Amino acid sequence: MNLEAVRDLLLEFTPLSLLSIGGGQSVLADVQRIVVDQHHWLTRSQFLDDFAISRASPGPNLLMIPLVGWHVAGLPGAVAAAVGMFLPSSLLFYFAARLWRRHRESHWRVILSKGLTPIAAGLVLAGPFSLLRASEASPLGWSVALLSMLVLLSTKVHPLAVLGTGAALFDLADRFGWT
Amino acid sequence: MQDATREVALIEIVRVFSVIGIQSFGGGVSGWIYREAAQKRKWLTDDEFFSGLALAQAIPGVNVINLAIWIGSHLRGGAGIAAALLGLVGVPLIALSLVAAGYARWGSNRDIHMLLSGTAMAAIGMSLSMGFRTGRRAARQPVALALAAAAFVGVGVLRLPMVPVALVLAAVGALWGYLSEPA
Repeated sequence: MNLEAVRDLLLEFTPLSLLSIGGGQSVLADVQRIVVDQHHWLTRSQFLDDFAISRASPGPNLLMIPLVGWHVAGLPGAVAAAVGMFLPSSLLFYFAARLWRRHRESHWRVILSKGLTPIAAGLVLAGPFSLLRASEASPLGWSVALLSMLVLLSTKVHPLAVLGTGAALFDLADRFGWT
Repeated sequence: MQDATREVALIEIVRVFSVIGIQSFGGGVSGWIYREAAQKRKWLTDDEFFSGLALAQAIPGVNVINLAIWIGSHLRGGAGIAAALLGLVGVPLIALSLVAAGYARWGSNRDIHMLLSGTAMAAIGMSLSMGFRTGRRAARQPVALALAAAAFVGVGVLRLPMVPVALVLAAVGALWGYLSEPA
């Protein structure tokens, strides 16, 4: 067991957890930077595969984190990654929720939500954008990503149908030698 | 705090949240939780739900995990939190392990690899659409737009570490919120 990697997963993900405003997706760019560029735990394409696997499976979208931890250091890695990423923010939320219930009409709620929402939006966009850059996507890849985005923004198509279409397009393109 | 007359069984909390978890693909989970917990089962009032949702979005962490903590703690305290998270995360983790194991077994197959690459690209599009949804409201005010752009460029384009970027921007954002929202 790679104790050093387990420790590093814990140490690297804990600060991210406490700053993951806008939901889990906002940390993706930094997780990629840490896992791929800094520690070389995974290659870009392994990282992208883990992203695709977790998106093709049900559940909250940040389940990718324990999967990455698993590929870095087995079961202890998965646990360390999950604890580092989920526990600090959960504890923070738990205590904030107790305060929140006590101060229902407090003014700082308005202030914080106004000031933090735009930052969250920027971070949430940065995550997939850096994945797209890392994927060294072909024109086909960019088209599938952008079309999927537009379809999901403008229609009520089920996300699974969009994922399935992207998968089918890539397989077809490969069969006809378009890639 | 806890109303004993409507205490919900822990196993029921696990069951409802696993159904939500297993059916959630690519976001929209908060809507599911609202329908199952607030509308159908009356576990909490609309008001309680939406104030929890607002907090879940404002505080760091995966929004739906925060929301599960909110509802679990409202229903049964610490045990309720454990039950809600077990359902929401535990059951999908099993599904994810199966998919990952399948990939480890057959991932070198060229077709499988192509299918997965296509899925990844479509999933990136899905993630981008979530970013635009989050940002839609922010786009109306210049300062908010600047904050969003700074976060995007700093972390996504320049690839700066997120922790210092988010800390600095959060301070600016909170100051702006404070100055522009008269008490």
